[in-house]
Amino acid sequence: MSEYIEFDKDHHEHHPKETFITKWIFSQDHKMIAKQYLFTGVIFMGIIGILMSSLIRMQIAWPEEPSIIFEFLLGKWAPEGVMDADIYLALVTMHGTIMVFFVLTAGLSGTFSNLLIPLQLGARDMATGFLNMIAYWLFFLSTVLMVGSIFVEAGPAAAGWTIYPPLSALEVAQPGSGLGMTLWLVSMALFIASSLLGSLNYIVTIINLRTKGMSLTRMPLTIWAFFITAIIGVISFPVLLSAALLLIMDRSFGTSFYLSDIFIQGEVLHYQGGSPILFEHLFWFLGHPEVYIVLLPALGIASEVIATHSRKPIFGYKAMIMSIIAIAFLSTIVWGHHMFVTGMNPFLGSVFTFTTLLIAIPSAVKAFNYITTLWKANIQFNPPMLFAIAFVSTFITGGLTGLILGDSALDINVHDTYFVVAHFHLVMGISALYGMLAGIYHWFPKLFGRMMNKNLGYIHFWVTAVCAYGVFFPMHFIGMAGLPRRYYTNSNFPLFDDLADTNTIITVFAIIGSLIQIVFLYNFIHSIFYGKKASQNPWNSTTLEWTASMKHIHGNWQGKIPEVYRWPYDYSKPGYKEDFVPQHIPLKKGEEEY
Amino acid sequence: MITLFITLILVFISIAIWQMIKIFDLTRVLKGEKIDDSQIANDKDNRINAKLMLGFLAFIYAITIICFIKYGHFPLITDAASEHGVKIDTLMISTFALIFFVQTITQFLLHYFAYTYRGKKGNKTLFYTDNHKLELIWTLTPAVVLTGFITYGLLTWADVMNISDDDDPMVVELYAQQFNWKARYAGNDNSLGKANVRLIDMDRANILGIDESDPNASDDIITTELHLPVNKPVLFKMRSQDVLHSAYMPHFRAQMNCVPGMVTQFLLTPNMTTEEMRNTPNMIDKVLTINQIRDEKNKKLIEKGEEPLDPYDFDYVLLCNKICGKSHYNMQMKIIVESQEDFDEWISKQTIFKNSLIAQN
Repeated sequence: MSEYIEFDKDHHEHHPKETFITKWIFSQDHKMIAKQYLFTGVIFMGIIGILMSSLIRMQIAWPEEPSIIFEFLLGKWAPEGVMDADIYLALVTMHGTIMVFFVLTAGLSGTFSNLLIPLQLGARDMATGFLNMIAYWLFFLSTVLMVGSIFVEAGPAAAGWTIYPPLSALEVAQPGSGLGMTLWLVSMALFIASSLLGSLNYIVTIINLRTKGMSLTRMPLTIWAFFITAIIGVISFPVLLSAALLLIMDRSFGTSFYLSDIFIQGEVLHYQGGSPILFEHLFWFLGHPEVYIVLLPALGIASEVIATHSRKPIFGYKAMIMSIIAIAFLSTIVWGHHMFVTGMNPFLGSVFTFTTLLIAIPSAVKAFNYITTLWKANIQFNPPMLFAIAFVSTFITGGLTGLILGDSALDINVHDTYFVVAHFHLVMGISALYGMLAGIYHWFPKLFGRMMNKNLGYIHFWVTAVCAYGVFFPMHFIGMAGLPRRYYTNSNFPLFDDLADTNTIITVFAIIGSLIQIVFLYNFIHSIFYGKKASQNPWNSTTLEWTASMKHIHGNWQGKIPEVYRWPYDYSKPGYKEDFVPQHIPLKKGEEEY
Repeated sequence: MITLFITLILVFISIAIWQMIKIFDLTRVLKGEKIDDSQIANDKDNRINAKLMLGFLAFIYAITIICFIKYGHFPLITDAASEHGVKIDTLMISTFALIFFVQTITQFLLHYFAYTYRGKKGNKTLFYTDNHKLELIWTLTPAVVLTGFITYGLLTWADVMNISDDDDPMVVELYAQQFNWKARYAGNDNSLGKANVRLIDMDRANILGIDESDPNASDDIITTELHLPVNKPVLFKMRSQDVLHSAYMPHFRAQMNCVPGMVTQFLLTPNMTTEEMRNTPNMIDKVLTINQIRDEKNKKLIEKGEEPLDPYDFDYVLLCNKICGKSHYNMQMKIIVESQEDFDEWISKQTIFKNSLIAQN
């Protein structure tokens, strides 16, 4: 065992010499992998996803007007600047897929789980750096395939991000269901493999590699969130993989898992006995936990950021943990609320209404705890704090309309209308995005050793915040006027003519909101190279990552790993001169932990 | 074009502000003032952003009020055209009241606290980690309120989805295909003939795959418009020929997916004729607005030398509300609710299935 202690002490000296490839490309270091996820998942895929949303919004606002932008970006799919109807659906599909899976699942979890789990727990690296590297490269491959599918002859997948068969199974039903859908499925299979490897790694690291003193109830809420996220990922992603495999079988090998009695383009197909509802069940068994896979890391980041920047302990630490666990548990038994009007037995609908509305309780606890944390605080309005507060705001606004959609009787009427689009964009899209941005601003000094410009951060935040409400608030009302989502144009229904001007306003907000992200991008890239050098602990935070070496080294800490003596939220603790007491400072004699 | 223009202006304004900040900073450096470039919020930043937080609260309230005034005539909350629709509307309004109440208060607390407790240098905060009583209150309060709403919701749901034979409904099939709807009436016997897409025979014009040997089928009637007698329960049987579709009838608060390989159903009782709906004050307003918009459009169309749009008059519609392919956005059927006499007259003019078949020799 003496060898082991040696290793612990001078870990970095024993490491084999790094080459360019092992340092920058096939790196096994969790910090480098976090950066790789950040650039591929968040920055690269984020730009594509946001660009697509702008195109979608332009088409909705000005359906008849030819646009140079369409002609330039879509080429043959926008002859003379008029977008093709099939490609509109393809854009909607790819925007959803990219945002949900690539940006907000892999990008968000990949970046922050990788960066923070070892650093906040006091570990030298992930449990297995090799698997971590494989996970990233599988994700990279999946990204290449997904982006590549945009360029195939007949266009990418276009059956909606939920790819319900038979539309997604039959090439005759839609051109996007040909090679585009095949690539989509293969890409997602790789994605799931990557996600599983990543999640297992996170779970094992959190269970096994905590530093001395880091008991489960001394872990920062970020780690709790990543931990639970990884667990629901491991439970639910394999189900999507099997759903995808069965779909591949139906598409390519003539089986009938999801298909039955189909007459299309003048021909009866041979499929017999399958049911598309089966696919919906399998898909949403992942699909619903998925929204919490997206949201929970953002909740964790918000907790950490709010406590740090309000210089006050997070209120109800244990209640926060319990509510994360409760939300995660409930998330696996509510998938049927996406299927109230599919023809599912109405009794099942009642069960799912019940479980769904229960989620409101732990969510309310979280919201109230955040608000109480702000009470009598000493709020430092750094950019991450602004995003974290806005996160709570959109989480409440978006979450409340869930009471309508989760209620089966009310869902009948707003199901698949813009009301749904507004709801989930606010509660999981914008909220998770805010969580992610808060995380980037907060841990930028840790990632790159420099500070981001705060004034640009303020401009970025305020314009984004106004635009987010400007886009999604009026959208609820369009939905309540009965406007279905995924319509290429609404001009075939004179009934909706009076909604056109609202749609135009929404689009203007959406475009401004997209463009302002350029300010962020500029700030991000500029600060990597020219930002002000960060100090060791710029936000005066209590957690362990700020004790690690500023220069990124293997093993994170130059000498011994610090030991932990207290919970992570000792802000403004009485009896101390400073308004924060880091976790590695031993308790004074007679001091209570909290 | 307008957006491009607006965004360009905004971009230029941003650049201008940025440059001005730069110049401002430079002059301060030249004057020998110390500037704080730590990139960490100072008291001034806290003050400004705290005020903006309050402004943002005002913005949220303002956008709520504007939306309620401008778009709040709630086509989906008032004037339901079916019996169960009224119950859904009541539930919707009470849920809305709850949401509105909670939203107003929580957003106020969040932003007001953010404003009041803005950071000042040297301030220390209250070390306040837990309060079990408080936490119990805000766990139990939502739990109690939700119990009420869940019960109310489930009772309504059971009521809406319940299909009993006592209603003695008229049976109508809604048949979906890329990209149109057909309706099939059961005829005098009120029972639909058996059908399967495998029996579709285009040569004989058996377009819905109805089993010709089934005696119930002979008097079925296939139409491309949906006529319904007012105040009579209708049991819709939904079927799809190719991919998933969804039969959405917003004015009747009704929606059910059409799933290939199975039959789904939805029962409703229309209680307002098309004529009655046209004469509700909300609808008169709406049609007026829409026609004004169409007149504006027509001016432009006539300038371009194109056909002007027809003036709009309200009709109930059945829309497809599940992504189904290229022309998903144009998959609709007109619904007409009329008196029993008008309905009988209309249906008697339609061709029954037996007679619509083309004889094969």
